[in-house]
Amino acid sequence: MTPDSTTNAKRSRGFKFDLKAAGPFVALTILCVIGYLLNPAFLSEGNLTNLLTRSAFIGVIAVGATFVITAGGIDLSVGSMAAVISGVMIIVMNSALDTFGGGLTTVLIGCGCSVILGLGAGLVNGLLTTKGKIEAFIVTLGTMGIFRSLVTYFADGGTLSLDFAIRGTYRPVYYGSFLGLPIPVWVFILVAICGWFLMNRTAFGRYCTAIGSNEAVAKYSAIKVDRVKTMTYVIQGFCVSLATIVYVPRLGSASASTGVLWELEAIAAVIIGGTVLKGGYGRIGGTIIGALILTTIGNILNFTDLISNYLNGTMQGLIIIVAVWLQRGEWGRRKTTTP
Amino acid sequence: MCPRNGDWEVGMLDGLTKTMPVLAADRISKSFGSVPVLFSISMDICAGEVHAIIGENGAGKSTLMKILSGFHAPTSGKILLDGTEVLLPQNGETEALGIVLIHQELNLAEQLTVEENVFLGREITKAGVLDRTAMRARVQEYLDDIGLDIAPTDRIANLSMAQKQMVEIVKAISRDARILIMDEPTAVLTQAETQLFFRQVERLKSKGVAIIFVSHKLNEVKEISDRVTVLRDGQMIATLDASDLTPDAMAQLMVGRELSDLYPPLSEVDVDAPVILDVEGLGSPAFRKVAFQLRKGEVLGFFGLIGSGRTAVFEAICGISKIDSGTMHFDGKPYQPKTVADARDLGIAYLTKDRKNKGLLLKQKMRPNLTLFALPKFTKRFGLDQAGEEKALDRAMRRFDIRARDPNVNVEDLSGGNQQKLLLAKVMEVDPRVLIIDEPTRGIDVGTKQQIYHFIAALAAEGVSIVVISSEMPEIIGISHRVIVMREGEIAGVLTGDEINEAEIVRYAAGLKKGPDQ
Repeated sequence: MTPDSTTNAKRSRGFKFDLKAAGPFVALTILCVIGYLLNPAFLSEGNLTNLLTRSAFIGVIAVGATFVITAGGIDLSVGSMAAVISGVMIIVMNSALDTFGGGLTTVLIGCGCSVILGLGAGLVNGLLTTKGKIEAFIVTLGTMGIFRSLVTYFADGGTLSLDFAIRGTYRPVYYGSFLGLPIPVWVFILVAICGWFLMNRTAFGRYCTAIGSNEAVAKYSAIKVDRVKTMTYVIQGFCVSLATIVYVPRLGSASASTGVLWELEAIAAVIIGGTVLKGGYGRIGGTIIGALILTTIGNILNFTDLISNYLNGTMQGLIIIVAVWLQRGEWGRRKTTTP
Repeated sequence: MCPRNGDWEVGMLDGLTKTMPVLAADRISKSFGSVPVLFSISMDICAGEVHAIIGENGAGKSTLMKILSGFHAPTSGKILLDGTEVLLPQNGETEALGIVLIHQELNLAEQLTVEENVFLGREITKAGVLDRTAMRARVQEYLDDIGLDIAPTDRIANLSMAQKQMVEIVKAISRDARILIMDEPTAVLTQAETQLFFRQVERLKSKGVAIIFVSHKLNEVKEISDRVTVLRDGQMIATLDASDLTPDAMAQLMVGRELSDLYPPLSEVDVDAPVILDVEGLGSPAFRKVAFQLRKGEVLGFFGLIGSGRTAVFEAICGISKIDSGTMHFDGKPYQPKTVADARDLGIAYLTKDRKNKGLLLKQKMRPNLTLFALPKFTKRFGLDQAGEEKALDRAMRRFDIRARDPNVNVEDLSGGNQQKLLLAKVMEVDPRVLIIDEPTRGIDVGTKQQIYHFIAALAAEGVSIVVISSEMPEIIGISHRVIVMREGEIAGVLTGDEINEAEIVRYAAGLKKGPDQ
């Protein structure tokens, strides 16, 4: 091979239209067009803001899930984790009310508590998977049950409500906005940027990909496999705690039904975005779009009587299956024949 | 013609003439592309005979076995089954003809039972339901027949290696195998297991099964086989009665070749070159009492058969696995690697022999593969130095002559030789002071081999200490200053100067000779 052809090949890379990578974006655009055709109010500023805010919870959690899945793991406990963190946050803030009043201090205590719980829960998942050598699916299935029952227990089967004295202070975190965008959207954007950088521009992201592709190769390449894998669960826990912090002021309550099925929505967002479920290839950008697609479907169904809103799950399920089926196709890639 | 055979129990041999070979190769030649690997080989195997094939790695043993079992078609020559010429069906569908090849990596479903494995794919059914009683009874019959003390309901995962091997054989017999071809069946067995295994082989012999068996362990060849065929460089050297041969004579027949300029001239190691790696009394479950010294600029060859523990020793030295006992000094300082990263940071790099499973990320491009091992070097204050990585790739492609039609191909699309060069480039990114290369030229062409040998020599001349682990004897002889032979987890001998020759190495590796201090 001559140096010339090398540079040519490099140059041509930018012009290739990679349908696999652009797929999720194309799908989102089509969904938006459909939404607009069904009801022009879909593209109104109010609705778009609402849509983005709603995507923020799943989106933030899904960014964490992208790391876990890219490194070859899975975390099923995120929904229950969000629920138990909400519950404990509310309990802690309510009891801090007497000492610190309904002001900023109490809310910060609650947030701190959320972050600690999230990191801790992630660490537990991670260590059980790596040091305990139990499959991630089993570990997080277990912690999923534990977290869910804990929140039910804390709420005594009912609902934990945040004291009204605190709600006033905490409310803007969900309902407030900054430069025209709601706070949850800002959190989403920030998490997305940090996640993208971590995944694509740092050694850590490269290590996650390597471990997900082939753990043995990673080990032989001097990567501390257990540490990196544990870190992905800690990142996941942190993302859940952030999502919870913006979620609690929305309703000001937590119950056994908080965050139900969030884990599946998060995983769905990751997969729709093009990340490979068995690991080794992760796309934060795709995950963001995946989260937006999921929320958009629900939103469109709300806007139209064409399909019952009760079929939201059906539509999401179909989209997931179609997305993965489309990714399976090898367009624009020469089929390699094995000898 | 067949030697006189004992009186076997007729039963599996209906209609077979005793004097005629059951399977014969008549002037078989084989080329892969333009590379000839077998030249006019003629051999035969009779019912109730054990026929051993010996030869060094690369002598063509496995190719011959694959031809005899129908995995490859010969380029020229004939295969005779019961005296008539046959075209063996390819893809190994020769089972129907009674020819079964047992691979070294066994082909059993670990979580199924013995019975389920034996009948896998041709289960006995009654009205669409599995007839377990019938299958179990049949398997029990087979097991009793060869005197194997396991139950049809045992799970494969719970069996020992020897027992698994025997289950493979039972499976073969249940498919009416008349000719069993076994690739190094004893490589993974302990001494006791080997004896057990040989007893079963004797029973099969007495039943008239023809057995072709490849082994590097010459003592075993002497013990179990009736005739021995020796291959060297794809040529047939001789077929002799095992009773006329000593293991030493076999070793003599296997060797005897001129080393061409495939190997570069080696510069001598300075007499006063400092010892860079000093290993003493190293022990783990896989090896014992391993001690050696490695000097600056030295190429130290490590030879041993599969299972001799050579790879395990160096995986321990590189922090991949743990040691139970012993001490190591690197550059005069105590050295205890906890992780691969510890070893790397000191300048000890290990190049795995398993490039597809442990060496490279096949589904990724060259750049992330190249820099993975040395990634901390490519980290700037925040994040990765991608421009630096790109430069490193350009440099490595030139330095190691890695040829790819496009730098953005996935590594799996590169040829074996280019993958090996990329792997070498990958470990060289950390500028190691001690480079350990396990099987530097496995599965690559001669041209690339030569490039890699010259690279190793040049590196040694620059003062890098190199350990070459290999089971290819000419390679070890061609590029090492000193050779250490390992056998069954221990160092059997250390060879220097004129002692480094094939006969001597084979003697140590086969356990015919032991070092003075053993």
